[in-house]
Amino acid sequence: MEILVCARRVPDTSENEIVLNTAGNDIERDELVYSVNEPDNYAVEEALQIVARVGGTVTVATVGGEDEEEILRREMAMGASHGVLLSDDAFAGSDGRGIAAILKAFVTKGKYDLILTGVQAEDGAAQVGGMLAAMLDYPFASLVNSIEVVDSRKLKIGREIEGGNREISEIDLPCVLSIQTGINEPRYVGMRGIRAVASVPIPTHAASDLGIDPGTVGEAGAKVKRVYYFVPALGKGAEMLSGSREENIDKLVELMAAKGGLK
Amino acid sequence: MESSAALSQLSSSLQSGHVLFLAIHVLGTASFAYIVWRRLVPLLRAQPDHRFDHPFARLGKLAKFWFGQWKHPRYPTAGTLHILIFTGFILLVIRSFATLLAGVSIAHGNPAIPGSAGHFYDVVTDYAATVVFLCMLFAIVRRLVFQPVRYAVPERYGKAHTADAIFLLALIAVLMAADGLFSAAIAAAQLKAGHPSEGLALFSLPWALQMALASVSLTALGKFCFAGFLIHQITFYFLLCYRPFGIQFHVETSLFNVYFSKLERGTLKPVRWGLGEGHLDQLKSFGVKTFEDFTWKHMLDFYSCADCGRCSDNCPSNAVGRPLSPRFFSIKARDYTFQHYPMFGKSGNGKPLVGNLLSEDQIWSCTTCGACEEECPLLVEYIDKIVDLRRGLIDDGNVPQSLQKPLKALESRGNPYGKMEKKRADWATAKDFQQTCKVRVLDKNGASTLYFVDSITSYDDRMQSIARSTARILERAGENFGILGAAERDSGHEVRRFGEEMLFEALQEHNSEAIKGSGVKRIVTSDPHALNALKHDYKDAPPVEHISQVLARDVKAGLIKFQPLTNTDEVYTYHDPCYLGRHNQVYQDPRDVLDAIPGLKRVEMRRSRDRSFCCGGGGLMLFYEPKEDERMGVKRVRMAAEVGANLIVTACPFCMANIEDAIKVAGLEGKMTVIDLAELADRQMVRHSSPTAIPI
Repeated sequence: MEILVCARRVPDTSENEIVLNTAGNDIERDELVYSVNEPDNYAVEEALQIVARVGGTVTVATVGGEDEEEILRREMAMGASHGVLLSDDAFAGSDGRGIAAILKAFVTKGKYDLILTGVQAEDGAAQVGGMLAAMLDYPFASLVNSIEVVDSRKLKIGREIEGGNREISEIDLPCVLSIQTGINEPRYVGMRGIRAVASVPIPTHAASDLGIDPGTVGEAGAKVKRVYYFVPALGKGAEMLSGSREENIDKLVELMAAKGGLK
Repeated sequence: MESSAALSQLSSSLQSGHVLFLAIHVLGTASFAYIVWRRLVPLLRAQPDHRFDHPFARLGKLAKFWFGQWKHPRYPTAGTLHILIFTGFILLVIRSFATLLAGVSIAHGNPAIPGSAGHFYDVVTDYAATVVFLCMLFAIVRRLVFQPVRYAVPERYGKAHTADAIFLLALIAVLMAADGLFSAAIAAAQLKAGHPSEGLALFSLPWALQMALASVSLTALGKFCFAGFLIHQITFYFLLCYRPFGIQFHVETSLFNVYFSKLERGTLKPVRWGLGEGHLDQLKSFGVKTFEDFTWKHMLDFYSCADCGRCSDNCPSNAVGRPLSPRFFSIKARDYTFQHYPMFGKSGNGKPLVGNLLSEDQIWSCTTCGACEEECPLLVEYIDKIVDLRRGLIDDGNVPQSLQKPLKALESRGNPYGKMEKKRADWATAKDFQQTCKVRVLDKNGASTLYFVDSITSYDDRMQSIARSTARILERAGENFGILGAAERDSGHEVRRFGEEMLFEALQEHNSEAIKGSGVKRIVTSDPHALNALKHDYKDAPPVEHISQVLARDVKAGLIKFQPLTNTDEVYTYHDPCYLGRHNQVYQDPRDVLDAIPGLKRVEMRRSRDRSFCCGGGGLMLFYEPKEDERMGVKRVRMAAEVGANLIVTACPFCMANIEDAIKVAGLEGKMTVIDLAELADRQMVRHSSPTAIPI
């Protein structure tokens, strides 16, 4: 099975202190460390496990600049056979639809049976997967937390439904799935693995290679533009505890007991 | 009848079995040679190990741990028994071979050594055989009646080994008795011939048998002599050939196991012996994944394990019900060897060990505290094997999710918490602190001494107090010191012990460069894990000391003086951190510092010094979620309560973290407190300007 995983590089929320920039439209990006978007990492692991069972290759693609190579290498160290960078000045500032259009152009150049995305980017809107499927006219399933290969043309997929129920569906290939974290336990990528793929060349595709009209993507083609980015003011009903850890715990237990949360 | 005639009577009696004896000799020796050769097969397929250096140091170890039985008295009953049996065996070696020779000719075999020295040797060995015989009886009774808990086999590890142990003990008793019977028959015959001059040792086993044979005819004595010889010979060869199939193989292997044992504490084996520096990238695979990935010495360890259970008896992981028992790790590995390297047929299977012999949880459960190695009389190694197995798991990407985040953070931020590099020295810029003590971040040639803080003490709110206390002590002692600040990365001690060698190398290279650039002549640290890393894992780091060593020296020199304790109701106890105590042998310095504080009452826990009980492990172990019944720290805190202590002093930030949590879990809050030695010293220190202590 030929699998394409669409991945994204995001600031690692657990290793950064996120502060807003002075313009108030983005976060301060100096001194940030980045990693692969966590749900995308689960998608790559799932792809690798499928390939281990039924054979095939895993390709990881991302839209971005040179910096994005870092996550492609990490996923290659994990076991992906190919990493592909979709990079062009014209791509900068794309909205979700723009990213989906770039990915669509790449998908149609190859021959993939299955396309996986993470359920959402940590700084994104969970929109690219669905749009990509629609543009390709492929079936789409979101929030997938199990995949079973039925035959070369069909998958059985599980989804978690609000309230803890599960749903199993059949879906025809080729299709696009958005992968939920928890579907597997992604393997560890050590320094050794990363070093081993450090000098593997990564093919780059520009807008012209993909047959994309630069006017339809990037900032020029974006129909959704971010206007503000801020930390919302505290609403009523929220109480911030500001004591020592012990005091906070005591206070929290007290509050929960008072509101009937603890029996 | 002449004595020579009596002897010739026995001689001819033995003569009748000449062909049989010779056949047993040949068969026994050939079988043993074959068995040993088959046992060597896996060792020859194993990875290299670097154990042929420093012959004098190794002979010294042999003298102390093998010949001197150094570790045995740590278990008084079993140890005394073993020392007696071992001494008996050593003494009986010549006699045993002499007896075996007697089958060829009695004149060659008896006595073993000619002349009066020979008579002395005979008397000594008569008693030696008796002592060994009695020890066997005692050991059998002990196994059957008293059943020491440490020999028990928990259900998950299979059936009890009692039957096999008793069988082997009984065989040795038979060996002693048969040898005694042989000597007794000869002595009785001599006596009958009126030649009693060189009788058997009074009240010894051969002597008692001789008494019993006093009224037996010369012909019958010939038969007893024959029987004694045959039983001795068969038992001897049976034991020789049976031992390589079980726990008594250590009789043969211990000499080699001790000689080739590890010489330096606190160190780890390289990923592959003999591979030049910077050549790690050439390796196709890292660590131990299949049985053949172990080194030959580690395989020899498996053969040598005597199943005595001392390791597991001291293992904290085993004590709290984690799925790790060093004893059964060795025993199961030995059984695995026997199964996959049988006496006949195909050897080896190349299958992965994890899933077949070992579980991942088992491999991650070890805190590398070293209690097992400290106890093992045969110097079996465990930490290197565990680390090698972890290297294998890391290489295959099999790392628990709970460890992946801190490892990733160590890679990108140089600390397991994912905190910003620039905040690493924030502890030193806290307002109240900065007014009393200025800590310099070093640039080139900034100071003679570096305080290496390491991650937990730099970033953890609670542990930062240890850093501030350490800085104040160094300042009070007049040290010209500084820190690396944002240029410092995690020492990588646990990164390496969790098997991520390449990440460790990256951290080490970064720190070594920074240390070199700072131009310091020596390093002081308050973290025993950093101490161990800088001392044993880093190449070319300047000399490094733990703050307790600096304190002990400065107290002795009068540079640091303490005020008396105000609360004299408190009872203090000192908890030895594994990487300060067992791995680096610093036991006395922290105690000397405590004893220098006027009015301090100190008690020792049941487990202290080299038998200290690990609090739960440091570094990445804080992130690991083990399967266990109870926390190690909780057990440790209870040990302190047991001896009436209400204040635990330790000298390691990880011990602090574990014990502080454990006090809460054990419900001892308000009754038990933990403090770091540096914090306590800082609190009690007489200051320059004001005589009152500044609260931390």
